[in-house]
Amino acid sequence: MKKLIKQALTLVAGTSLVATSIWAQSPVKIGMITTLSTPGGYLGEDVRDGFMLAVSEEGGKLGGTPVEVLIEDDGVNPVNGKQIAERFIERDRVSIITGIIFSNISPVVAPMARKAGLFYISPNSGPSQFAGAQCHEDYFVASWQNDTLHESAGIAATELGYKSALIMAPNYQAGKDALNGFKRYFKGQIVDEIYVKLGQTDYAAEIAKIRSANPEMVFQFLPGGMGINFLKQYSQAGLMGKIPQVLAAPSMDIKIMSAIGPGAAGIMNTSHWNHDLDNAANKRFLAGFRSKYNREPTVYASQGYDTAKLIASALRATGGKVLEDKTGFRAALKAANFESTRGKFRFGKNNHPIHHWYLREVVQENGKMANRIVRTIAEDHQDSYVSKCPLP
Amino acid sequence: MILFIEQLLNGVQFGMFLFLVSAGLTLIFGIMGVINLAHGSLYMVGAYGTALGMSWTGSFWGSLLIALPASALVGWTIEKLIIRLLYTRDHLDQVLATFGVILFLNELITILFGRSPLFLSIPEELSASLEILPGLNYPLYRLLIILVGLLVAAMMRWMITRTRAGMLIRAGTTHREMVEALGVNITLLNTGLFVTGAVFAGFAGAMAGPLVSVGVGMGEGLLILCFVCIVIGGVGSTKGAFVGSLLIGIVDTLGRAFLPDVLKVFLPPATAAGVGAGVSSMLVYILMALVLTFRPEGLFPVKGRKAA
Amino acid sequence: MISVHHEGKVGLVILLLLLFLPQVTAAFDQAYLVSTATRILIYAIAALSLNLILGYGGLVSFGHSAYLGVGAYVVGILGFHEFEGSTFLGVPGTLNAWVTFPLAVLISALFAFLIGALCLRTRGIYFIMITLAFAQMIFYLFVSLEQYGGDDGLMMMSRNVFSGLDLEDGETYYLLTLIVLGACAWLFRRIVDSRFGRVLQGGKQNELRLTTIGIAPYPYKLAGFVIAGAGAGLAGALLANHMEFVSPDFMHWTRSGDLLIMVILGGIGTWTGPILGTTLFLLLEEFLPVLFHELGWSLLSEHWRIVFGPTLILIVLFARGGLHALLFHEEE
Repeated sequence: MKKLIKQALTLVAGTSLVATSIWAQSPVKIGMITTLSTPGGYLGEDVRDGFMLAVSEEGGKLGGTPVEVLIEDDGVNPVNGKQIAERFIERDRVSIITGIIFSNISPVVAPMARKAGLFYISPNSGPSQFAGAQCHEDYFVASWQNDTLHESAGIAATELGYKSALIMAPNYQAGKDALNGFKRYFKGQIVDEIYVKLGQTDYAAEIAKIRSANPEMVFQFLPGGMGINFLKQYSQAGLMGKIPQVLAAPSMDIKIMSAIGPGAAGIMNTSHWNHDLDNAANKRFLAGFRSKYNREPTVYASQGYDTAKLIASALRATGGKVLEDKTGFRAALKAANFESTRGKFRFGKNNHPIHHWYLREVVQENGKMANRIVRTIAEDHQDSYVSKCPLP
Repeated sequence: MILFIEQLLNGVQFGMFLFLVSAGLTLIFGIMGVINLAHGSLYMVGAYGTALGMSWTGSFWGSLLIALPASALVGWTIEKLIIRLLYTRDHLDQVLATFGVILFLNELITILFGRSPLFLSIPEELSASLEILPGLNYPLYRLLIILVGLLVAAMMRWMITRTRAGMLIRAGTTHREMVEALGVNITLLNTGLFVTGAVFAGFAGAMAGPLVSVGVGMGEGLLILCFVCIVIGGVGSTKGAFVGSLLIGIVDTLGRAFLPDVLKVFLPPATAAGVGAGVSSMLVYILMALVLTFRPEGLFPVKGRKAA
Repeated sequence: MISVHHEGKVGLVILLLLLFLPQVTAAFDQAYLVSTATRILIYAIAALSLNLILGYGGLVSFGHSAYLGVGAYVVGILGFHEFEGSTFLGVPGTLNAWVTFPLAVLISALFAFLIGALCLRTRGIYFIMITLAFAQMIFYLFVSLEQYGGDDGLMMMSRNVFSGLDLEDGETYYLLTLIVLGACAWLFRRIVDSRFGRVLQGGKQNELRLTTIGIAPYPYKLAGFVIAGAGAGLAGALLANHMEFVSPDFMHWTRSGDLLIMVILGGIGTWTGPILGTTLFLLLEEFLPVLFHELGWSLLSEHWRIVFGPTLILIVLFARGGLHALLFHEEE
């Protein structure tokens, strides 16, 4: 056992020696813990690719400072996330941790970053506890607070005039937050709430229930592959035209649309970003992403790109100092002095975004499915936990 | 009432699906004495074979011509390379070696097809639904699955009770050494049986492809359920596998469908929905524990067979 | 090759050497490896406990990670209530290790008693599958416990407090775990060598013979099952404190499979085999990708399981004695 550990030691020692010798001018180290495997892996891939697009625009730098981005896959498993964070913090000595996709990983990793005195900047997951009582001055979310995704869907459902809804989510925290977020702004009646097993693939029983309850609309938050299966079976059961769905952005991204095909046309959904938003940053992002990766970006890619640009703006302000000038870096992050692909962007006092939400409709464009913005439904929307945050 | 009948049909359909996978599993265990955890991987191979076939031939039926031979081939290879070395080993070795097969096949499929799940569509002619009762439209494709399951069950029953191979299978389940001593080519029988089981599992995977997404590891959750089915039914018994699968399919579906509503009588709606979902996911395991407590060898124990 | 007679002495020397691991890793500037080592030690305790029933009792339990999970949740839930200032059925939460650890062991043992009493009525494949079924039941039970995080798991705000020891300090925690593992290894050895242990092993070889000499095997098997469950619960309590986090993932059925593999890899039914197996398994899991990366085989670095799977099969098929058989030889 001793021998094995020794071998392992030399092996690892070797790795880090190589790593430091290449980067003589000691770049800022950013640890990206993200989800690349499992059916949810495409979220992490897009966050990573969006982030790295911003890095490559500057030729390996962000805000004029050389950066080294370490990327590892958490497999949506908190235990893996914990181990990767440990390596990043204690072995690689990163200054910033980012990349977290799912809300079961962030409650494990964010407190580790806090204990180690590092900056944590989320490109996706924004669970409620860190927006409220447990908010922290070095914890930033560049995407959205989880509930706001679903609040915007609730606003949309009310504005579209629906009087009754059946709502459905997986039986875990993010699922419950989603349904609560929707209910917070939906003024109609909730006919039924259905919770399904995380990772469920067959929804025959739930679809039969929906048909029999016959609500005016359905709101569901079934992330990744779950949602695709549900929507396909929903359309096979002939319900797509009869009981419409109003969804949040994660339930209707470009991957999901293309898997469902023309059946998805007409579905209303809400998002803080879309490819047809008319601003310079978004145009540069779209052109860069398409030419670099030769595919259409999802909303997650825009979030990865925004996160990198946010970091770049802070690095520029401090001249590349992160942990050596924590006060300066923190203030620069909070100022959010960057051009977001979503347009207007600023942080609330809990370091979560305040931005617009848009109503989108799925349409068929040149044989492909795409979202089109219909109108703005919430201006400068802020999450509902900010009042519980003790930050000034 | 209509809702109840529809949910019952859903349960039966799920049960048939489980039966297609459990049938092979129970026979392989019954006659060869091998626990094959990789059986779920053969289901996955069938589903990926269908996905590949659909992109080549463009037709679901054409893709079966790829999916079924693919699962047969993978099954044959596994049997020749690994399973035959496990006949004389204890269950622990079998569990671990076939666990290794799962790891290998999952990773191989990931390299070949990537990590993103694939989505197939139901063949056009089956995408409609049929009004089987006034006010009850049921998807044609799901009806087909029920039909196929019943057909396979009937075929197996005929094969086992009426043919020479079936006779050997029945004899082999209870008196393996005797069958061998009588000069029957047990090697060939084993291979044939394993490949048949693989094809059934592959077929189930092919049928599942258009309903659920095709992804790495898709067979693992199903495999555990199938073990529950055959253990409830009595390991080695096809009748047991059939009854067990049907029972599990119905209990699981009805539990998911109605338990939250029942609990709403006692609990606030939001809590009831959550607790109901939690309890219904435990229901099949509770059922299994109950059955084994009162009948430690399942509902239809194979007579004359020592618990291995 | 070393004689098994010296196994205890060799083990003690290695244990003493391992006391200095933190200094060694610090010298190489690789202090984070202490945390990896702690995890290995914790799982080794779980593997040791599984080996008691699997290796000596011949009981293939495919649900052993459930007891580890229960132990972890006892610590997690008590910590949660301490932090919240609330109570669990009238019992206040606590971070005192003198309370949480014994309670974790006791409650895991209780679960093992109830489950074992039912499972041990069956045998063979039925036993394997019913232990799996109960583990799945417990898994889904914790998944549905909304108050304690459900599927997402439960964060602990801090580690337990242990009579003035600073468990937050990685080095101290490592040393504590090392001592606990040493004590467990000694204890399990004593159990195996006792009359109880010999009856347990007798039951594995021939139950009928036991019955004819007037010993009913059932109570012995049940007692073994309960002790194993308690050991896993202890490992769970340590794991919860190490991770400062508990999750239903700890008791996923594949984790039970991992524990079986650890025991087999090290040498089933041997004294220190499970510790060796756990070490190799977890080191492979952590460093196989790094190794392939270093060798420039990028495909294998990402897909290292494609090597791990067949390796596992080969070990099962051709190296029954595991690592233990490579290091130690039986006396003629």
